[in-house]
This record gives sequence, C-alpha cells and structure tokens, in this order.
Amino acid sequence: MSTTVLPPPKETSEPVGFAEHSPLRRLLSWEGAITALLIFAVLVATFGVEGFADSFNLANAQLDIVEIAILSLTLTLLVVIGEIDLSIASNLGMCSALMGVLWNAGMSIETIIPLTILVGAVAGALNGFLVTVVGLPSLAVTIGTLALYRGMAYVLLGDKAVADFPAAYTTWPAKTLGSLPIPYPTVLVIVLAIVVGIVLHATPIGRSLYAIGSNKEAARFAGIRVKRITFWLFVASGAFAGLAAVIYTFRFSSARADNANGLELTVVAAVLLGGVSIFGGRGTLPGVLVAVLLVGVLRNALILDDVSTETLMLVTGGLLIFSVLAPNAVTWARERWRLRKLSS
Amino acid sequence: MMLLRARRTVAFSAALVAVTLAAAACGGTTKDSTDNASAGPASSASANPDAPLKEGLKIAFLPKQVNNPYFTVSDKGGEKAVGEFKGTYKEVGPSDASASSQVQYINTLTQQGQDGICVSANDANAIVPALTQARQRGVKVVTFDSDAAVAGRDAFVNQANPEDLGRTEVQLLAKQIGEKGKIAILSATPNATNQNTWIEFMKDELKKYPGMQLVKVAYGNDDDQKSFQETQGLLQAYPDLKGIISPTTVGIAAAARYLSSSPYKGKVQLTGLGTPNQMRQYVKDGTVKEFELWDPGKLGYLCAYTAAALASGQITGKEGEKFKAGELGEYTIGKDGAILLGPPQVFDAKNIDQFNF
Repeated sequence: MSTTVLPPPKETSEPVGFAEHSPLRRLLSWEGAITALLIFAVLVATFGVEGFADSFNLANAQLDIVEIAILSLTLTLLVVIGEIDLSIASNLGMCSALMGVLWNAGMSIETIIPLTILVGAVAGALNGFLVTVVGLPSLAVTIGTLALYRGMAYVLLGDKAVADFPAAYTTWPAKTLGSLPIPYPTVLVIVLAIVVGIVLHATPIGRSLYAIGSNKEAARFAGIRVKRITFWLFVASGAFAGLAAVIYTFRFSSARADNANGLELTVVAAVLLGGVSIFGGRGTLPGVLVAVLLVGVLRNALILDDVSTETLMLVTGGLLIFSVLAPNAVTWARERWRLRKLSS
Repeated sequence: MMLLRARRTVAFSAALVAVTLAAAACGGTTKDSTDNASAGPASSASANPDAPLKEGLKIAFLPKQVNNPYFTVSDKGGEKAVGEFKGTYKEVGPSDASASSQVQYINTLTQQGQDGICVSANDANAIVPALTQARQRGVKVVTFDSDAAVAGRDAFVNQANPEDLGRTEVQLLAKQIGEKGKIAILSATPNATNQNTWIEFMKDELKKYPGMQLVKVAYGNDDDQKSFQETQGLLQAYPDLKGIISPTTVGIAAAARYLSSSPYKGKVQLTGLGTPNQMRQYVKDGTVKEFELWDPGKLGYLCAYTAAALASGQITGKEGEKFKAGELGEYTIGKDGAILLGPPQVFDAKNIDQFNF
C-alpha cells in the first residue's frame, strides 16, 4: 500500500554538502526563504500600495494578527511534538462568551481576566487529558472540542453580544508605544514570543520537544516524560486561547459566541507556512513569526489595494497548500542533488 | 510518583484559583461601577442646507457580507446614486458575516481617505472603535439595514418602521380575503423581538376589520421544516381558514411551498414578508397574490445620498435636518440620526420580475 508520498522532512535528511552554518545553507533553509519573501512583500507593498507604510495602517495591520500570533506560539510547540490543537479558536470564542456572561453578572473585570485565562487552560487540559490519559489522537479530540467549545459559547451567550466593557480596557489595544506605530498588544506578543522561543530553542525541554516529534517511542525510552509534556502543552495552548480571547474581546469591545470563528485554520496555515513540519520534529519559532507577519502583510496590502475577498481567499488557501508542498519539494530536490553528487 | 504528580497539579490549580479569588476580593471595575455613556465625536460643524452636493466624492459600500443577493441589490442602488452625483463608488466586504470581520475593511477605507462609508453592521458594537477612528479622520459614516451603536455613525438609514410593516401586512391580507374570515399568523420564534413587535401592530390593525378573526399565532422557529409542518397543522385544525400572515422570510416561503401543492392553493391566501427570489414561483403559480418587503436597492440609493449630503455639509446628522435624495425626493432626519426609507414595497405578479434578491 505504499504510494509515492514524499518522505517527511527530518533533521537527519540534511544534505552533506553544506557546512552547518554556511550562508548558502541559511539561504536555502525554509526560514530564509520566507524571510526573503516577507521582505519582498513589504517592499512591494511600501512602494506599490498607497497608504501601506503609513503609521496608522501599520498599527492596524499589527492588531489584525495579534490573536493569530498568540495562538501560533503554542500551536508551534504542539505541532513540533507531532500533535495539533484545532480547538483554539472555539476555545477563544467560549472564553469570550464567558467574559460577557461574567461581566453581566456583575463580576469585576480584574477578576474576569485571570478567570478567563484559567478557563481557557482548563479547556486545554481536557484536550490534554483525552490525548495523554485516554490515548486518543489529538486531531480527533480537538475536532471534537472544536465543536464542543463553540457549542458551549452559544450555550453561554446565545446570539447576544455584550459590549459595555469599561472604556479603559477596550481602548487599551489600540494605544501605541508613544509615537511609534507599535500597539500595546504587539509588545505583549513580543514578550510571549521571547519566552516561548527561549523554551523551544535554548532549554532541555525545547530539545526534548523535537525528540518527541521525531520519534515518540525513542524519546520515551530516552527518559523524556512524553505524556506529561504533551499534557502541559495542551494546557498552555488553552491558556493562550484564553489570553487571546481577552484581547479579542477588548479589541472589538464585543463578547460574542461567534468570535474568531474559523480562525484556527489561519493559525494552522501560518504555523505550517513557517516551516513547522506537520509530521513533527522540525520547525522554528522565528520561522512561524515571519509567516504570521507575511500573512498579515499580504492580507493588509491586498485589501488596501482593493483586491476582492474571493481573491483573498484564493491567496490564503494557496499559501496553505504551498506551505505544505514546498518544504517537501525542497527536501526532495536536495536529496536528488545529494544523490547525484554521490554518484558522480 | 503518580500520586505526587497529581498532588502537585492540584496544588498548582488551587494556587491559581486562590490568586483569582484574591483579585476578586480586592474589588475592581464592575458593570455597575462604570459609566459607559460614551458619546461619539460631537459634530461642531453647522449644516448648510443650501450647499450643493460635491462632485467626485468617494463613497464606499461595506455590506455585512459580499456575494449576498440582498446586499448585491442594495449596493447596486448605491452605485446608481453615486453615479448620479458623479462620485466614485466601490464595494468591499468580508466573505463571512462574523462580528469582527468588517473592522479590517473599515480601517482600510479610512486609510484610503474615502469621503463616506455606507455600512451594514454585522455587530452593532464591534465596529464602533474602527468607525470612531474613521470619523475622527473626516470620513462620514452612514449605516443602513443594520445599525451600529449611535456613537459610531453619523446617520442610519432605516429600511422600514415596525408599525408600517405590521399594519400593511394586515391591510394586504384584508384586501385579498375581502375583509372576512378566520386568519392565522405564522411567526418565527415565540420570543423573536422584531416579529413580536409587528404582531402587536397587526393585532391593533385587526380591530379595524371586525369581519376578520385571528385564531392562532403559530411558531415555525424560522426553520423551514418546522414552518412547513406548522402550516399543515394550521389547516388541519382550521379547515375554514381564509388567510395566513407570515412576517418572516423563512416562514412565508415554507408556507407557500405547502399551499402550492395542497388543495388549499388559491383558496387560502398567504402574505407577509418575503424575498422576491424565494417567492417568485409561488406568485407565478397563483399561490400568493401579494407580499411585501422593503426594496434594498432604494435603501442603498438613499444611503449613498445621505453620505454625500453629510460629506458636502448639507446635513450633520441632527434631528430635523432635511436633504434631497435624487429621485426618492426629500428626507428629514429623525431621532438619533435615523432616516426612514418609506412605506414597504409590495410585490405581485406584475412587478416581481423587476427584483432580483
């Protein structure tokens, strides 16, 4: 039953012809390629799209991808260990609806914020429990909770919207750092990205994540507590969804059950476009962040240039397919090149 | 080992809860302690009713959703109006009608320096911050079909007032059944706000027709299947029923489908609120004589003229100001910047082919 599926890219399939850190290797890496693509897109947009480089537009463009960026951080970790969490956007919607209910019940906003993040984490823990203790595949579990959490959101708030949150909080996301076109949520994203980036790329835990993603069994025999790490990553994913819900709700000053409907697909697309292998074991956080920026720049510039919504959907879908296809194609081409060099 | 780990997890969770509760005990900002009476940017400019409509105004339409036949018609109306006052028209919008998807488009239109935005709000509040920013940058904002919070826009073009809708539906049916006989109402859900308001006005209007007797208000829950069964049930319970009013587009289409294939076709009259595309075949096969709705094309047309009048300084959105809207004639701004389109549009076999939505 073996079809001609391209082999999953693994660190072990690196070509022998390159030195570890040669500039050529960096250029050929996926991260290098999409960084170049991002720079190219920014240049084209700056000179080709009127109003793109304006500070008002740049600030708004960042706000449009804040939640995607937050959710992509923990999703990167999960995909690296070979799992996935498709319930993040529904979890966000449920947390947002909960904020509305609690606010209507007269609870203080300072209590609601940590409570929302906690509920997000608990929802993540349910995913983690079903995956690690019950032993179900995360794809199936989180497709289930995708529906479950969105359903809970509607149970909580129905088709109503709660919109009378205090102005001090709802105006916060649009405030910028002095005169720089950097809104506060961007600062939050940068801090979180640094923390997650350090965990992934500079700690033993981070290295063990790649080990789990490459070979779960081997990682377990090497003494890595696979289930425990998996469980807590799902909890973190849920907590980040709760945090994203807080920002989303304030940003639109509207708690609604349908908030962020379908956002999980954009987040998954960004993570894959960032070079994280859907088969696990491979990918970097900087790559994902560049991909999130690329998605944001493309969307913003295309809308500003009056490109129709239909075209926009084609571009997003095309990027997703490209992001899954291209790394495999690159690996395949490298392998061919290596074989030819070896045989000559 | 397992126990220890579990105990640690419990301890961690307990600590989180404790922190949360501590925060709660400290009090803070609650619903009751905040005053959210936020007014929009006050328009200090005074209106000059004699100012001519400027040429070259850039007016953008932002519907709830693109590729939705209803908004395609309304935006076509807007395009016609913009053509009349020699402006530049464009339509942009999201492909899904979720709460926040319009915000990005509003920001973009602001960035592009449009003179006016005609928007049908997906969420009355979610787009207000973006609209406020737009207005601070000199963009005139007019909502149509679905209003945003008053603080977020200059004016609202209202498609129909509930009293007109309720009363005219009764008048239509009275004409069709000769003002005599048992009638029923097929509504949406028992707590649908719009429908209940209209039904109150229907009951009041019915007092003028002593020959007509309302025997039942049935609820199809805006579900096609349920509405179909409710219609069936009504005719079983009241075989001498003369007419049905269904003030919901789902209900009237389901009821028409049932009637058209039943022996009651042509004997039981059906009217209410429907869209021409859903009702066309039933009007043509004689099941339905007349039904009504507003004309979205006129709605978009009026919205474009309102935006142009605002951008030209003819009006500022205050109650009592008057302006001309092309072929629709003169309009007066009502309370809270609302402008009423006018009486509903009645559709029958003669005119239904002129409408496509």
